Amino acid sequence: MAQGHTAKFQNPVVNWIDSRLPIFTMLNHEYNEYPMPKNVNYLWAFGAIAGIMLVIMIATGLVLAMQYAANTAIAFESVERIMRDVNYGWLLRYVHANGASMFFIAVYIHLFRGLYYGSYKAPREILWMLGVVILLLMMATAFMGYVLPWGQMSFWGATVITNLFSAFPIVGDPIVTWLWGGFSVDNPTLNRFFALHFLLPFVILAVVVLHVAALHVSGSNNPLGIEPKGPQDTVPFNPYVTLKDGFAIVVFMIFYAAFVFFAPNFMGHPDNYIPANPLVTPAHIVPEWYFLPFYAILRAIPDKLGGVLAMFGAIAVLFVLPWLDTSRVRSCKFRPIYRQFFWVLVFDSLVLGYIGSRPAEQPYILIGQIATAYYFFHFLILLPILGKLERPSPLPASISEPVLKGGGRVAAGAHAKPMEKA
Amino acid sequence: MATTTHPSGTGAHAAPGGEGPSRRDFLYLTTAAVGAVGVASAAWPFIDSMNPAADTLALASIDVDLAPVQEGQAITVTWRGKPVFIRHRTAKEIEEARKVNVAELRDPEPDDKRVKKPQWLVMVGVCTHLGCIPLGQKPTDPRGDYDGWFCPCHGSHYDTAGRIRKGPAPANLVVPQYAFTSDTQIKLG
Repeated sequence: MAQGHTAKFQNPVVNWIDSRLPIFTMLNHEYNEYPMPKNVNYLWAFGAIAGIMLVIMIATGLVLAMQYAANTAIAFESVERIMRDVNYGWLLRYVHANGASMFFIAVYIHLFRGLYYGSYKAPREILWMLGVVILLLMMATAFMGYVLPWGQMSFWGATVITNLFSAFPIVGDPIVTWLWGGFSVDNPTLNRFFALHFLLPFVILAVVVLHVAALHVSGSNNPLGIEPKGPQDTVPFNPYVTLKDGFAIVVFMIFYAAFVFFAPNFMGHPDNYIPANPLVTPAHIVPEWYFLPFYAILRAIPDKLGGVLAMFGAIAVLFVLPWLDTSRVRSCKFRPIYRQFFWVLVFDSLVLGYIGSRPAEQPYILIGQIATAYYFFHFLILLPILGKLERPSPLPASISEPVLKGGGRVAAGAHAKPMEKA
Repeated sequence: MATTTHPSGTGAHAAPGGEGPSRRDFLYLTTAAVGAVGVASAAWPFIDSMNPAADTLALASIDVDLAPVQEGQAITVTWRGKPVFIRHRTAKEIEEARKVNVAELRDPEPDDKRVKKPQWLVMVGVCTHLGCIPLGQKPTDPRGDYDGWFCPCHGSHYDTAGRIRKGPAPANLVVPQYAFTSDTQIKLG
């Protein structure tokens, strides 16, 4: 038999299963014993928050899909039926719609945490790129999901974004016809968007599994950006991180619930409560807030193809980030010059988001162009150059050294005394 | 990765056998209980959303006007997706139904238990064998050997009160919940 060693778990049934398929050993290793740097702050909780949001979106999406009808004649009505007739339909719909926004909030904070603390740097390059893939899949999923209620913004957002592909020479128009399944956004488009919107979250789930697997190979980063030197620098995942993440999730849920129960349409657009009309274009077509910065970049370039390339380029640039940043120091905590530019990037992203919501008039056009220019300057010019020129602050010897007296050298295997006052 | 400092074992730390449940056990138990309540509360909307929605429930009750149905005529209405036979029975049919020896029936039921007003017979028109719709609503339909309804699928015969008399069906045609809202109107369901 496979079990030549002593049983690992007290329960004989658990042991029987584990010796045939070591899920319990794996769970114990990855989520119980897994050593987490003891100095991570609450910004490290947003990965778990994003994970919970994916679960919530799949669960609510599944029950909504049981009631929704993906046919242009009755789609809008089926959503209203969910809101009015289905038991708790209003709750499930608002949780799902606001959940998309919450998911992006969590992922953007998670992403900016990675930017600040150098979590994208070696050996976490693949971890980072998997994250960018997840972001892309989320954007596709969210875009198609927004089309499903078949309101004015659903229809016209779909029309504008699918029309983008016509910017490509020669292949552009056939691609757009192929995407539409017809000569304009219509029933074939809606039907296929529903099928894809149902599918992609499970693809996201698979990439998230890869993302966490890659993370567990390198171990988690920490605010100092230096490797843990021994057990004195880490704590076991359970109970420290399970409870810390649990608390963070609860606080996030309060924020989420405030929107769901008190301002469920705040982040949406009122025009989407008007059934889609292919013959009337709304005065201001705006995507949902999480797409606004990219929308601003798209509109900043006066050339049609140029705008499309810039928009995709904005994400492509994230993809190759590990190779753009030449600094050998991970965390911005020890990069006094770059740290300031990080905040400029944050501000720039917020400006881009705001510009994306404005009509294409001056002064918004000029501001959008400057903000777009800074975005690409930051990634393509600043990061490569500054990494070489900047003199970083001195790094501490270890994670626990600045905190523990005596250099933080505790004998291996010693237990820290829990719950005792100093 | 290197081993880490660990403040506690995998479970409760009560001294085995000696000191009884510890504070930690209590906290684990209460947390689990509150957690279970939380999970149940969160799960309920998902489960309940699959129950019939308000529009389905609204069609769960319908009003039927009986005034146009002459004696000896029958109508079929759709209720909850199923056919409901409403027959304005003749005196002869009522008499036939009452004369039957109830003890000899496969599914014993006296006629007066199956109707509220003797001339109005309301039944779900689904054969209790395997679910076909019995014939007998139209004047040209075969009525079977007992002057009621006949199911062509496997040969079940129902009498003028819709009771099974011959054939494989185990039970009488179901009488649904209904009430007279006036002399000529019923609320079905």
